[in-house]
Amino acid sequence: MLAVAVGLVVFVAMAYLRTEPPTVDFATGHAAGQPVDMTLQTVGAIGNGPHSTWVSYMTKSPSGQWVHSTLWNLPANTRINVTIDEYDSGSPLRNPQIGQIYGTVGNAATLNGKSISLIDSTQGNGVAHTFSIPTLGINVPLAGVNGSAKSFCSVAAPCPLSAEHNVITFSFTTPSKTGQYPWQCFVPCGLGYLYGNGGPMQTFGYMDGFLKVVS
Amino acid sequence: MSDQQATASRGGTEPRHGLRLAVAWLVISAIADPLFWFAAGPHMPPGDMTTSAAGAQFDINVLFMAALPVTLGVWLYYGYALVNWRASKGGSDLIGGPSARSNLKIQVAWIASTTVVVLSAFVFGTFELVIPAGAGGGEGPQPIWTPTSKTILPIQVIAQQWKFTYRYPTFGGFETDQLMVPNHTEIAFHVTSLDVIHDFWAYQLGVKADANPGQDNVAFTKTQALGKVTVRCDELCGIWHGAMYNYGHVVPESTFQQWATTNEAKLASVTKLLPPFSWSYTPDANGADGGYYPDNRLPYSKVEVYGAATVSAAQAVKASS
Repeated sequence: MLAVAVGLVVFVAMAYLRTEPPTVDFATGHAAGQPVDMTLQTVGAIGNGPHSTWVSYMTKSPSGQWVHSTLWNLPANTRINVTIDEYDSGSPLRNPQIGQIYGTVGNAATLNGKSISLIDSTQGNGVAHTFSIPTLGINVPLAGVNGSAKSFCSVAAPCPLSAEHNVITFSFTTPSKTGQYPWQCFVPCGLGYLYGNGGPMQTFGYMDGFLKVVS
Repeated sequence: MSDQQATASRGGTEPRHGLRLAVAWLVISAIADPLFWFAAGPHMPPGDMTTSAAGAQFDINVLFMAALPVTLGVWLYYGYALVNWRASKGGSDLIGGPSARSNLKIQVAWIASTTVVVLSAFVFGTFELVIPAGAGGGEGPQPIWTPTSKTILPIQVIAQQWKFTYRYPTFGGFETDQLMVPNHTEIAFHVTSLDVIHDFWAYQLGVKADANPGQDNVAFTKTQALGKVTVRCDELCGIWHGAMYNYGHVVPESTFQQWATTNEAKLASVTKLLPPFSWSYTPDANGADGGYYPDNRLPYSKVEVYGAATVSAAQAVKASS
């Protein structure tokens, strides 16, 4: 009886520890040679779940549903066209070097339709988050919005397009080698945690995740 | 039955086991040590890309050569004992007797030999750490073991959760994700952090130094071969600690000069946004509401001169402004 109880406790604990968000699949049914379009959101507060005040990414699945996840199945050696709707306020970067855009096609991105290769985070609304895959040498800073704007997103994610936001687009190519590639935000946006790098910065589904590159 | 009676009852004289063991041990060691030194030694980590890497390889080989006879001696003794002194069916009970309780000669020899081995390792290890300018280890902000060369290229290593970036103060203080190092050059790595404690471990360079926020941890080495370098964080620093690695290259000096001057120009717009060059920084602890700031400490040493450019705080500030 005791063994069963201990086993149950261990099972529940392990199940909790191994919990992770669902993987959004962009690879199944992908036509070879065709690019993958991926749409993401960054929000100032997810607005629901166990950490409703945490900053977060959201992912739009191929079927058009918003999913609270940062784990993606992507086909190898494929161009990924990324659109990020950025709804969070920004600030100066701790390390302004991260204001550069690199590793994307043309080492550039567009911000509300304008091509950019560098953001001076001390200007405008600063940088809210980044989309960075260090092992692939990819970094894209996401310009923040005015946190005092009347239409600043104040509802639970996903934020509506009517809310104040920036649209950032860029493309990159997945590696031909399959495997899991970690990605993360480089803005220490885990407020209240040591150096801002705890909480959402170290939890899948919020500010980091995996590119699961499959054949 | 006494030992002598036991030997006599077996109908022979007891062989000189100590002599046999000593001769066999000497022969095996005389074969194994040179075999290791010449066959395996050149392939031992971390290679010989820099003086400190070659020094570490030499140290490993020397210590291995010292350990090999000890290991072989123990194995040989075990083997010999199993063959010669195992209890046989119907034989005499070999346990006991004065020799099994105490043997002063063996005790003295054991204590003396192990003392010599340990003290030798201590002296050798200390010498090997001090003489080659810290042997590639972090020596803190004011190193006491410095290279004799007056031409030293300073490279600042900035760790942050979760990547390394590198600043080149000699070339206007530009900052990049790439570690590029010229060959045949004395290098001073200035390792610091913008958040928690990390560790800069450039494996093939034989350099390893902790990255502490607000501290300038200096490690020296001299490159002596071209090649690829793996840089890893060696201090558990959070969820992506395992992914905190990148690669660097030791390149010919002319290639490095070209790369550095090209990047100095190419990254000028980014360098303008960086804080003035400093040997360490005070990061904003609150996270997403500020940058990192120079601590305004002067370069630790006036010997850090590379090529025609002399690094000074004034120049670095000017270059960054």
